[in-house]
Amino acid sequence: MSRTLAQKVWDAHVVRRADGEPDLLYIDLHLLHEVTSPQAFDGLRLAGRKVRRTDLTIATEDHNTPTDNLLTIADPVSRTQIETLRRNCAEFGVKLHPLGDPQQGVVHVMGPQQGLTQPGMTIVCGDSHTSTHGAFGALAFGIGTSEVEHVLATQTLPQALPKQMAVTVTGELPPGVSAKDLILALITQEGTGGGRGYVVEYRGPAIEKLSMEGRMTVSNMSIEWGAKAGLIAPDETTFAWLKGRNFAPEGQDWDDAVAYWRSLPTDDGATFDKEVFLDASALTPFVTWGTNPGQGASLDAVIPDPESFASESERAAARRAVEYMDLTPGTPLRDLSVDVVFVGSCTNGRLEDLRTAADVLRGRKVADGVRMLVVPGSAAVREQAEQEGLHEVFTDAGAEWRFAGCSMCLGMNPDTLQPGQRSASTSNRNFEGRQGKGGRTHLVSPAVAAATAVTGHLSAPADLDAVGAR
Amino acid sequence: MEKFTVHTGTAVPLRRSNVDTDQIIPAVYLKRVTRTGFEDGLFSAWREDPSFVLNNPAYAGASVLVAGPEFGTGSSREHAVWALNDYGFRVVISPRYGDIFRGNSLKQGLLTVELPQAAVETLWDLVEADPATAIEVDLAAREVRAGGQSWAFELDDFLRWRLMEGLDDIGLTLRHEEAITAFEGHRPAFGVLVG
Ligand code: SF4
Repeated sequence: MSRTLAQKVWDAHVVRRADGEPDLLYIDLHLLHEVTSPQAFDGLRLAGRKVRRTDLTIATEDHNTPTDNLLTIADPVSRTQIETLRRNCAEFGVKLHPLGDPQQGVVHVMGPQQGLTQPGMTIVCGDSHTSTHGAFGALAFGIGTSEVEHVLATQTLPQALPKQMAVTVTGELPPGVSAKDLILALITQEGTGGGRGYVVEYRGPAIEKLSMEGRMTVSNMSIEWGAKAGLIAPDETTFAWLKGRNFAPEGQDWDDAVAYWRSLPTDDGATFDKEVFLDASALTPFVTWGTNPGQGASLDAVIPDPESFASESERAAARRAVEYMDLTPGTPLRDLSVDVVFVGSCTNGRLEDLRTAADVLRGRKVADGVRMLVVPGSAAVREQAEQEGLHEVFTDAGAEWRFAGCSMCLGMNPDTLQPGQRSASTSNRNFEGRQGKGGRTHLVSPAVAAATAVTGHLSAPADLDAVGAR
Repeated sequence: MEKFTVHTGTAVPLRRSNVDTDQIIPAVYLKRVTRTGFEDGLFSAWREDPSFVLNNPAYAGASVLVAGPEFGTGSSREHAVWALNDYGFRVVISPRYGDIFRGNSLKQGLLTVELPQAAVETLWDLVEADPATAIEVDLAAREVRAGGQSWAFELDDFLRWRLMEGLDDIGLTLRHEEAITAFEGHRPAFGVLVG
């Protein structure tokens, strides 16, 4: 029978199937970080249980870590959480990349960069952006802390088979339009609940042409429109990216693995429960104006009138968003001045993202009064970027070059917006207070972030020719 | 986990949609390493506004939260469920939930009931007109009753059974440990091993 990519991965991991019960799925890789694991380890301890497969479990420190130094975590509560992870990993025998380790970084950057994320795997983490790993053709999804404990204890999860959706992206992205613009446009088209209950497969010529970094950006934001996971079929781009990484198979194992991976893409004739389409060639740089990732628009547009939305709940949400974001309907998005620009996160904190931002900034200056933070997604990304001299481009332009971590993606570490500040951010969530209490977030691509830093108001690189060049 | 059969309580009308888990409990509260004591973090940014519905004394002691669609979207933080539980909620009613939040809630004995938007609007009107309106949530019958009306809701048999019995998932899974061990014997040689 013809099957989809997700079905093939699912079927290969069913430990037990019984009528009227969810399938018991085996988990190939369990990623941990400090925020969602302490209560799970506590649960194990209380029940006298061990971690079943320490060889399939790996931890990093990212959400609470400072990005201005590698030694001191000033906030005692954050420090306790990090120390708790260290103690738990030592006690239960789990490998950890602590602050200062060359592989430390945001969990969804750390896994792929080491080659831990491979096609056909099942991957979970107590973190909703685990969907990132779907870019490799893995079935990867976020779980809660009770489930973290469940996976630690049993290396399995009971799961009901979700519905399947195909997202076909036709055409070709115009120059200057990136994977981030693509996924932001899709979320606005489908709404924050549009993917709910589905495992999604992104496909079509525009997806096939994306680099692995671009694919990770797309899969990363699957959760922002409610999808359980977002997969992309593995292909030559995937294999080339993986080959030679720390945990990639070698020799005969590599050949066996590639042969298996080639069998994974969706069969011709496999059916999806739902299909949606997006034309890449019609896309432009895309940003959000509101307080959920579905409230977005082309950078060329104006702030919409809340009364123009179709349903009352959308109108109410738009009214509230316009108020929180301090916006006037009808204002061109390009007229919005920002206080802070953040380049980083598991959405856009990889080497390619930093290169894109650096290309825009090279020979230009960050506008007066704008603070720009560039935060590599991992220590390894930072190291590579420095080898390429990107850090000098950033610091020459007046941006801050920081250590790896979640940083300003969420207000949990010292990097936060002040109340009322407006940011252009390459992260994934524009929720009220996400980047710090009272902060106002516009989600953007790395190119738009860099151009915005130069002009001080939302801009695309194409707007820069007349401004700021030296 | 406490067994859940029927719960009767008063309700808070939360007339908002897209209540993401960052609103239910902001990130600063996630630094704790305990599993209890999160009630102060619940909707903490919104609670600073004196007119926010949770600050209205008429709704003190309510145990049912009635919210707009897309409740609990966003971050996977189970702290959102712990905060609702710790504050005293036993039931949330909304037309649609974020998946991870829904899964978390049902593991922690917080019953998340899905009712159509029209039913939610009726419940809002009822409890705004009379905050003392009793809402009866009957898991056995899969029915919500209030103000002389009733609405059926869906919840799959397995999840309902687990909630009604108050069963812990890990215990259930460990009954199949042999199957797990057998599966592990057949994993491909090229599979990733971390350590
Ligand atoms: S970078 Fe942001 S979205 Fe990604 S794991 Fe960290 S906090 Fe979560």
